[in-house]
Amino acid sequence: MQAHPMPEFGSFTLLLALALSLYTLVVGSIALWRSRGQLAVNIDGVTGRLGETARRAGIGSFAALSCAAFALVWAAFTNDYSVSYILHHTNRDLNTAYKFSALWSGQEGSLLLWAWLLSAYGFVLRIRHKVDVRLSAFASTIVAGIQVFFTLLLCFAAPPFAIEPGPVAQDGFGLNPLLQYPEMVIHPPLLYLGYVGFSVPFAFALGALMMRYPGEKWIHITRRWTMVTWMFLTCGIFLGAHWAYSVLGWGGYWGWDPVENASLMPWLTGTAFLHSVMMQEKRGMMKNWNVWLIFSTFLLTILGTLLTRSGLVSSVHAFAESNIGVWFYTFIVIAFAVCLFTFFKNRDHLKSENTLESVVSREASFMFNNLILLAACFTVLWGTLFPVLSEYVQGTKVTMGAPFYNRVELPIGIFLLFLTGVGPLLAWRSTTLRTIRRNFVLPGIAMAAALVVLVSVGLRPWTAGDDWQSQTFSLVTFTLAAGVITAIAAEFLRGAAVVATQTGKNLLASAVLLVRRNTRRYGGYIVHFGIVVMFIGIAGGAFNQNTEQEVGFGDSMTLGQYKLVCRSYSQDSNANYDTEFALLDVYKNGKKIDQLNPEKRFYHASQTSSTMVALRSTLASDLYIIYEGKNPDTDRPIIKVFLNPLMNWIWIGVLTVVLGTALALVPKMTRQAKTARAEAPAIEGAVQHV
Amino acid sequence: MKVRYSMFRRWVQAGCVALLAVVMLGADPSARFNKIGHQLMCACSCGQILLECNHVGCPDSDRMIGELRTQVNDNSSDTPVFNWFAAKYGAIVLAAPIRGGFDNVAWITPMAVFFMATVGTGLLVRVWRKRNAPQAVVSAAGSIDADALRERIRRETKY
Repeated sequence: MQAHPMPEFGSFTLLLALALSLYTLVVGSIALWRSRGQLAVNIDGVTGRLGETARRAGIGSFAALSCAAFALVWAAFTNDYSVSYILHHTNRDLNTAYKFSALWSGQEGSLLLWAWLLSAYGFVLRIRHKVDVRLSAFASTIVAGIQVFFTLLLCFAAPPFAIEPGPVAQDGFGLNPLLQYPEMVIHPPLLYLGYVGFSVPFAFALGALMMRYPGEKWIHITRRWTMVTWMFLTCGIFLGAHWAYSVLGWGGYWGWDPVENASLMPWLTGTAFLHSVMMQEKRGMMKNWNVWLIFSTFLLTILGTLLTRSGLVSSVHAFAESNIGVWFYTFIVIAFAVCLFTFFKNRDHLKSENTLESVVSREASFMFNNLILLAACFTVLWGTLFPVLSEYVQGTKVTMGAPFYNRVELPIGIFLLFLTGVGPLLAWRSTTLRTIRRNFVLPGIAMAAALVVLVSVGLRPWTAGDDWQSQTFSLVTFTLAAGVITAIAAEFLRGAAVVATQTGKNLLASAVLLVRRNTRRYGGYIVHFGIVVMFIGIAGGAFNQNTEQEVGFGDSMTLGQYKLVCRSYSQDSNANYDTEFALLDVYKNGKKIDQLNPEKRFYHASQTSSTMVALRSTLASDLYIIYEGKNPDTDRPIIKVFLNPLMNWIWIGVLTVVLGTALALVPKMTRQAKTARAEAPAIEGAVQHV
Repeated sequence: MKVRYSMFRRWVQAGCVALLAVVMLGADPSARFNKIGHQLMCACSCGQILLECNHVGCPDSDRMIGELRTQVNDNSSDTPVFNWFAAKYGAIVLAAPIRGGFDNVAWITPMAVFFMATVGTGLLVRVWRKRNAPQAVVSAAGSIDADALRERIRRETKY
């Protein structure tokens, strides 16, 4: 019998991780049960020591899962094709970086990544337990419960170290060519960091409710977790969109595929939570709502994972159908039941301290923001699951493609853009007529001016024929964007002017000081600005153009201001793939500005082909060229060209959102803030004794 | 009165005919082909819109695009084209459910939910505001402890 030391080591570490997670869950629960009624844990007592062993076991589970992940990556790097997963997802000639990404390219590996990231988050949570020992103990136990589910899956339903029967193959079947792209090395981990990360605020929220945590300190503790997680999810989603744009070669970046939808839903509810939780933090409102928002966000991440893996909905991104769907259904039901039971048992603890005083207030704008975000989330969920419902009701499956989502989601998006601008201009509790006049005059003028300019330069939906809907969307978006950007700029200027008066510094230095004094608030404004820039980029899609042509040597094709001349076309080969490509000279206004080579690759190991898009990207537009293949009759390449206006604005918007979030995560950078922090323990101590 | 009503009806009918004529005269066949082609899916299971399917050697897209050209030329309105494709390839070929009947549920539900949620939020706000009115009087009377009030002001003006 052949020995497989590394796979066996991997399987052993998975079993060890399961045992340690189970220990953390069971013993942690016992320790918490025995110390019920206490607000703080006495770590010197028997119960405290028991809880401490649970915490350490949780830390140990991270070490065990790290070893398992290492064992799988090691098997990929050493071409260990005795492991079924490695055989099916790598091959000898695969680039080193892509061998590493084999960890998340299949069902079993990606589940291992889920479990490992969860244990990593759990590790940080358990290391930082002194921030609030008892609340952290609750959160640690809940995270351990989620970990048990994933390690059970890895040990019994989708083992990544399963041994391939028969003699060991000489080479593997290779990695899916679509995944052999630099972004694919970072997109899945970032997306998973976002997905998995929501388990932590969920665990804190559930734990705080279970222990009837006094005050809102748990929100302060989880705020950074939620924001970091949200930032990762944002990066993950848009890296995926950029990958789809650059690799799939259909000219777009978002296809409303069920798997894309699965990542968008928790992002929408997570965004709603980030806003709504401010109402609880500041005014003690919306406690029930916030608890359910974070519960829903967590459940949606699990539902998304289920959608990708169960075969419930058909998707080009989905992993092969498997029997693990039952496991996920069971887990979702159990998790939902625990949330529901805890909520009903402790709902009297969630009474609001204040109520809404005016419809024209920051609180009301948050409520409407939540309403819009949840309506968007519901529409996405509805569109994703309607084919299943249709099959059940009328026996035929239907497609819910881009035409459905574009028609329903675009008006919602416009309303959200409107609130992005209006919300921050309203005061807490109630906004006076004077404030409204002061804050809204400039944005109103900017919107009117933008509308006049846009119509005068030719953006007239009423003359656009069949394109009137998309052009109306663009006109409204550009107009609103002008208003929102002006509103944000006015907020910065107003604040900077006050600081300038106080300090005597110039306006720029004052603006910097203003941001340093309140990173959270102005980071939030920058995030809003990024969202507006993204909307501008999305609205540019109304003016996309494309053309397709067969080209020979010296042939040319024209699209917009660009003229493409085919210089040559050829083919090449290396150990991993064969390639066909065309060399195109790009002319603009009669002047040569670039040379691009779109190509098509055929990967030997997986016997599949992949497009390599040639892209010339500017702020104004993207020239996007696809090598579609050769006409078998003439042996000449067929080239498809897209001209996509304002595409770069989407990616710049995302970068701005990420920068704004990072800034909002930074503590205040002034002496005043440090003084406040020095006072903080006294305040926290007071909270402990409420 | 009856004559005036009849005259009015004639004018409306004439207006409709004129409008239809303008619309039909202005209809660009390639734009219509492009529009319908973006509301159909490729049948090769790639999950892509018919006119966006970019598979080399796709067994279906070229044939379907040819069929679409024929159908657009043969039919003056879009519905028979969609019906023809749905009859041949099944409802899954339509990029959105547009056959009427239960398909309408797909469109109505999100709007209905949004409408109900908006009404619900409005009602909630109304209830809160009503409940809030007497509390304001109590606050004004100074029954709130000064320290608590100070803490509340600090919290609410923090950022």
